[in-house]
This record gives sequence, structure tokens and C-alpha cells, in this order.
Amino acid sequence: MDEGLKSELQKAGIFTTTLNDLYNWGRGNSLWPLQFGLACCAIEMIATSMSRYDLARFGAEVFRPSPRQADLMIVSGTVTKKMAPQVVRLFKQMPSPKYVIAMGACAISGGPFKQGYNVLKGIDRYIPVDVHLPGGPPRPEAVLQSLNYLQEKIRTQDIKSDPAFIEGRRQYPVPEFTGTDLEPPYNPDVWQPPANPNAPAEEEATA
Amino acid sequence: MTAAAPNYELIQQDDLETSLLEVSMGPHHPSTHGVFRMDVKLDGETVVDLKPVFGYLHRNHEKLAESMSYLASMPFTDRLDYFNSMTNNWAYALAAEQLIEIEIPERAEYLRVIMSELTRLVNHVSLVGFFVNDLGALGTPLLYAFREREKILDLFEQASGARMMCNYFRFGGLRCDVPEGWLDRTREVVDRFPKFLDEYEKLLCENEIILSRTQDVGNLSKELAISAGITGPMLRASGVNYDIRKVDNYGIYDRFKFRVPYSKGEVGDCYDRFMVRMLEMRESIEILKQALDGIESGPIMGNAGKVFKPAKAEAYGRVEAPKGELGFYLVADGTTQPYRYRVRPPSFINLTVLQDMCIGQQVADAVIILGSIDIVLGEVDR
Ligand code: SF4
Repeated sequence: MDEGLKSELQKAGIFTTTLNDLYNWGRGNSLWPLQFGLACCAIEMIATSMSRYDLARFGAEVFRPSPRQADLMIVSGTVTKKMAPQVVRLFKQMPSPKYVIAMGACAISGGPFKQGYNVLKGIDRYIPVDVHLPGGPPRPEAVLQSLNYLQEKIRTQDIKSDPAFIEGRRQYPVPEFTGTDLEPPYNPDVWQPPANPNAPAEEEATA
Repeated sequence: MTAAAPNYELIQQDDLETSLLEVSMGPHHPSTHGVFRMDVKLDGETVVDLKPVFGYLHRNHEKLAESMSYLASMPFTDRLDYFNSMTNNWAYALAAEQLIEIEIPERAEYLRVIMSELTRLVNHVSLVGFFVNDLGALGTPLLYAFREREKILDLFEQASGARMMCNYFRFGGLRCDVPEGWLDRTREVVDRFPKFLDEYEKLLCENEIILSRTQDVGNLSKELAISAGITGPMLRASGVNYDIRKVDNYGIYDRFKFRVPYSKGEVGDCYDRFMVRMLEMRESIEILKQALDGIESGPIMGNAGKVFKPAKAEAYGRVEAPKGELGFYLVADGTTQPYRYRVRPPSFINLTVLQDMCIGQQVADAVIILGSIDIVLGEVDR
């Protein structure tokens, strides 16, 4: 709607909005996170929801123990190869539209334990991450800010064109832990290995 | 360990067919304190068999530490028991200081005691909060606990720059001195803490629900506790007067007057474990007061370099961490890296008696028993 007309109407006491805005407003301000802690970062996530930082101010304090009732997953901590299938399975069980915050260096890339043989080098290999929240552990203020970023993102979503709405259930195959590694190593729909900058350019090689 | 139930006889109802129910609790379960799984066999509500499954947070701590210099694994020790980074640091520093003989300055010793007793307060206060949370008192006690925790975390942050992962200890002392006015602020927090404890005790210790749900639940006998290698508050709750602060007198603990609370009864139930922790906090406050009175200014770091090449030797350093005996075993082979680096985590060893304590109890009590052990998965799985 025309912005001028909108403010004219507002002055006259008539509030206009679109379904999209109303829907996004409602969803963004009542996110229900999954009560799901993995490692050290989980303690800071709990601290965020406690008295001093009070996550409830931003409408996201209803931590649900069941993934069926949650729409935000905060991956708070190191994801090991043994744990990764469970994380993906939990994500699959959440009803869409659903969001993921990768909290801490470990969830983003493996963090300090990246060299370890049993640590997954980033949960974004299997599930789509909306906000990467760096830190080890991130301060509770940072958790609040990441939530604000997510709300901002939700505000710009369009019900008609956003893949989360039109595609229906997207597929996130659960990887299998083989004892030493995960099979497949990543979900190609979600993540692709970065191009090697040192590799010889292909066109030149063929030409 | 001892009591399993492979030949368990089901109680047969007249003409109903009954069978055992196998439930897998975790690794995503709100009451398992992290990514821990219990395979429980149930006859109705009664636990018949229980198998702990862990390894979901195995982060290769020991292997990584063997491939880096001695000092470089100090920040990794923070992440073992992520509630108590300071005591983890201390245990590791103690082990490494045996390899390289260094004098530790007086002020550093005092600050080490102050930091680890503050850590103990943080740990016990949050543990009690989580424990009561497991009992079903959602919110309030945990909110109170975290309110107090934040005050102490502020002190840690002012001293070390980080709230949780402090990385504050160094071989031969501490990384940096505390800022100006820190000791006064600490005194303020310490002086106010008993008031909070009074409130907390009034709220919890004689609460009807807590009494009936924790007394005579998850009993651990003295004999089993000793033979299973249980340490820390859990051992003392079973009636053994054993505290490494008194036994080893590491650091300067022999200078302080404090009592070691332990249970006089022989039961060792969840309530004892809960009470031992409540009482221990009072003693920590006593130590803190004495340490704050005794501390004087001076250097905080001995003359140690950053890279060491200890001669071939073995060392074992241990402290009374809030959860029990935390030990580090190092084997030096004459290079800058340890040849073997092993952690003796208290939570892991205390967890081994979970099965014995849970069999015969209700499934809802298994959750409380696990909560009363006080485990942190970072330390169990390493
Ligand atoms: S980022 Fe740091 S604090 Fe968070 S889980 Fe990893 S090691 Fe722990």
C-alpha cells in the first residue's frame, strides 16, 4: 500500500497492514526455542533466559523440550560426529518454518576442537543456519543480539515466495555415524565445500 | 557395576501378559544435563536395569593436548568442566608445576584459593538450582541461583576478561593481577552471600516436597562409594570424611580454618548429597573471608618462561574440584609437548555408580539421582 495513504489512515485512527507483515510480526515475536544444550555454550544460553538478561523481553522464553513444539533451534556447543545425526533428526522433527542459530565457534566451525578426530566442522554442513553467532562462549548480550538479527530476517520474509513456505517440507537426510566418520560428509543442498583458490583454472587448462 | 537384573522376574498379573519396557532417555532429554543417554529397562514405573551411554561430547581433549605445548592446553582445560574453569586450571597447573620446579609467589597462592572457592560457590549454587529444577520446581530456585552466579561471574570477568572460560592460571602463578578495587568488590559479594544462603535454605532445606522426594532415594553405601572411587561431595554424603584440601594441603590450604561437612548417617541418599553442598558453601565463605584478610600485594608470577622442556618425568596433580577429585597425569618425554596427558574427571567416575543407585527406584527418581551426582558432560566425555 502507498506509504502516504497509510500514514493518512493512521492519523484517522485506521491501522492498515498486510497479511505478510502481520504474520511475520507474530512469528518473529513469539519464537519458541528448543530446549537443547550441547556443551559449554548451553550454559550461557540458559543464563540468557535467566533473571539478568531475561530473554522473555524478546518473546523467546518458552523453551520447549519437544522439537514438535519448537521453531528455533539454538545449536549451543560442540557437535561431535556421534551427536550430529541426533541434531539433524531433531531439526527434521521441528515443524517449518524453522530457524537455526549456530551459537559459538564450535557449532560454526568446530572451534578450538577443530583438529579433533571426532568433531564436526560446522553444523551448517547438514542444516541451514540463519544466524552464525561467534564467540566461545558468546556473551548473553550476543545471544540477544543474534535473536534480534533473526527477528529482522523473519520480518523480511515473504509468505508467497520464501522457499520455507512454498516448498513444503524440505529434505534433510540424517547422516549416519559409521564409527569413524559421517556418511554423507555433508548435505549438498545446504552446503558446498568452498572452491580451492589454488586449484588451476579449468578453462585455461582445456584451452 | 554389581547389581544388574538380567534374570529379573516379572510380577505376573492374573491373566494379563506383562513385559519389560525399554526406554532410551537422551541424548536430547531436558533432564540429562547435556548429551547423555540412559537406556532404562522398566517394569511399570520401576527401574529394573539402567545402562549409561556416553561419548556424545567426546572432543578429543587428551589427544589434542598431546600435540601442543604444555601451556597451550591451558585454555582447553577450561572446557572440561565448564562451570568450574578455575579449578580445572589449577589442577593442570599443579601437575605441570611438578615437572618444572617453580616458586609460586604468595599473592598468587592467595588469589588461587579465592578464585577456586568462588568457583565452588558458582558450581554448588547452580547445581542446587538444577537439582530442584529436576524435582519439578521450574524456574524460581534456578533464577535465584543464576542471579548469584552472575555476581561472581562479574568478578571473574573483571579479573580475567572472560565470564566462563577464564584461562587465568599459569605455571608459576597467574596470568595477570586483579584490577584495582577487585578485592573490595569480592568482599562485598562474599559478605552478602550468607544472606542469600539463608533465604535459599529457608526455601529448600525443609521443604516438604524436597524431603519426601529426596530422602531414601538413590542410596549409596559407604563401602560401595569407597570401592567405586567416588570423590567429592558425593563421597562425603555417604559418610566419609575425605577432602583433598585437607589431605594434600595443596596450595596454601593449611593456613585456613574450615570444616569439612560430611553426613553422619550411613544412608547417602539424594538429600544428603544436596545438604553437603549447601553446607560446603558456608565453609567456602569462611575460607574466602580468611583469604581476603590475609592477602598482601606482591608479584603474581614466578620466573617461568612460556615454553618448557621438562626432563623425562611423570607427574600427577590433583585438587578438590567442586565435583570431586580432579587430577591430571602428565608424562614428559623431554620435548615441549607431553607424551601422555590424562585427565581423571570426577564426574565420570562418580557416574559409574548410577546403575547401582537407580535399580529398584522409580523412573522419575532416576532423573533426580542423576541430578544429585552433579555431572558435566564436557568432563565425562572429554
Ligand atoms: S564455542 Fe567455546 S564455549 Fe562454546 S561449546 Fe565450543 S568450546 Fe564450548
